[in-house]
Amino acid sequence: MTRTRTGDRTHTRTHIHSRTRTRTRGRLTPGRVLAWTLMTVALVATLFPFYWMVRTALTPAADLYSDSTGPFPRHPTMINFWRVLGLTSQEEARAAGGSGAQVDFLRYLLNSVVYSGLIAFLQTLFCAMAGYAFARLRFPGRDAVFGVLIAALMVPPIFTVLPNFVLVKNLGWLNTFAGMVAPSVLMTPFAVFFLRQFFLSIPREVEEAAVLDGVGPWGVFWRVVMPMSRGPLLTIGLTTAVWAWKDYLWPLLTGREEETRVLTVALGIFQQQSPNTQPDWTGLMAGSTLSVLPVLVVLILLGRRLVESLNFTGIK
Amino acid sequence: MGANTTVAPPRPRAGDGTGKGASPGQPRRARDDRKAAWLFLAPALAGFALFYAYPTARGVYYSLTDYSLLDDPHFTGTENYRELIGDDQFWNALKVTGYYVVLNIGAQTVLALGLATLMHRLTRSVALRAMLLVPWLVPNVTVGLLWMWMLDANLGLVNHVLGALGVGPTGFLTSPTWAMPTVAGINVWAYTGYTALLLYAGMLQIPQHLYESASLDGAGEWRTFTRITLPLLRPVLALVLVVSLIGSFQIFDTIAVTTKGGPIGATRVIYFYIYEQAFTNFHMGYASAIAVILALLLGVLTAVQMRLLRASRSDLA
Repeated sequence: MTRTRTGDRTHTRTHIHSRTRTRTRGRLTPGRVLAWTLMTVALVATLFPFYWMVRTALTPAADLYSDSTGPFPRHPTMINFWRVLGLTSQEEARAAGGSGAQVDFLRYLLNSVVYSGLIAFLQTLFCAMAGYAFARLRFPGRDAVFGVLIAALMVPPIFTVLPNFVLVKNLGWLNTFAGMVAPSVLMTPFAVFFLRQFFLSIPREVEEAAVLDGVGPWGVFWRVVMPMSRGPLLTIGLTTAVWAWKDYLWPLLTGREEETRVLTVALGIFQQQSPNTQPDWTGLMAGSTLSVLPVLVVLILLGRRLVESLNFTGIK
Repeated sequence: MGANTTVAPPRPRAGDGTGKGASPGQPRRARDDRKAAWLFLAPALAGFALFYAYPTARGVYYSLTDYSLLDDPHFTGTENYRELIGDDQFWNALKVTGYYVVLNIGAQTVLALGLATLMHRLTRSVALRAMLLVPWLVPNVTVGLLWMWMLDANLGLVNHVLGALGVGPTGFLTSPTWAMPTVAGINVWAYTGYTALLLYAGMLQIPQHLYESASLDGAGEWRTFTRITLPLLRPVLALVLVVSLIGSFQIFDTIAVTTKGGPIGATRVIYFYIYEQAFTNFHMGYASAIAVILALLLGVLTAVQMRLLRASRSDLA
């Protein structure tokens, strides 16, 4: 196999590491005990709040005052999940501590998947096309155009958020997925830059064989370059998806309505709908848990790839 | 070599792909490229023009107008900027942002360096790294809510523990003194693992034999860290630092969820002030003027970042 996936390369590198490294391993010195202790503390500090979130989500709202410290809820219940998923009647939800306002986290979950999926897929595709043109095709003014595009990195998001909101509003695209994803699907300077760097590293000979067979640039791109670039494409796609998944301000401005409301926006609105002076903590933690679940799925399926992605993309 | 060589040896193509102009034998290929290139670039160029270039020009224009979002903007020249100079809230927002950036970046960098070093010296476990990455993968909104609950004055776990230790309950997010350090702490929790993994990736690039010879020379861990890890990590550390710095200037989500700029403006950072001016007070023109100032501040940092990025990516290709 002649695939030169960047991921495979790191793999080899770390593998070599491991062989030289084993020599210093295994000795149990006081220093190593201390180091492992610190590492354990860091892990517990990282993960414990998530445990507490789930623990609270499983607590009946009525028990919150009497049962908010033990390691497990005394009367564990799924009612908080059912009510934020909109699976209970409004009376039941209100009895369980909800505000009675309509919530349907299943729908917001789906909206979030659509929002981040569209952005991740289309942005990666279009940035790959642009990156390839800058890396391989010859046309007048290429370096200048590339420079201008990359200069867009200098514009901080908040600066474009205001006029982009006006633009989307004037187009009548508020509360549509089109308006929500429009500013991000076509390009982002970093992805163009990153993918161009990768395409430059592919040996030209690989493409030249196809060119000699009479395949045009479009064919070379789809049939030769894209299949070879699965690693970097997944890297950019994943980090873009994570970024879109976490996004709050832009969907808050452009997609507040039920049909387009994503999880982050839904959580913010849910927080403001508290029935009494105390926020609806059990419901909020149930909703928060739902926003973490897909992250865990991605981590389990693509954890290694995601972790290794960080070796290449310093930002986003 | 003679200048009149008739058959030029096939020049090896530059691996960086910047080969200027088509070789003389292939004029047709060059013409085809040109047409294809613009097709390949069409979506990205449209995105650049519509959602970067045009809004940038619009943003600068709005900053010179009085614009409520409801009526058309009308030109007022530099009035917004003159108003900014006398706006205590603007100066407060700058001050508060600076305070946040110092707290956040300081704590995060030190902790992430420590964590990365621990990982580098102890284990390469992917599972461990994945677990440390979880807080970064979770939306800031979730992180904010999660910590609001943990830190709740009446029912929060942290105050329960503090109470058991004999320390009275603290309204972490409602105290003007504690609100900002608390928000900074929350984001340190959310981003330290991620930053540590970036630094760890940088540490993997340091040749292992340096550590072996240091160990043979009997150098301790601290000496190894200050003499080998830190100096050789400098380029990566600089890039990571600048990127986190740019990010922390733009803190918004966590504050929008937890404190909404309060109490009494203690956490009203510049990004949140822009948001309030534009979408709560409908002062789009004024908000744009603040955004111009922020863009100028961040522009310097981004220029530094682009230089570092280019320097550190050149060996990737």
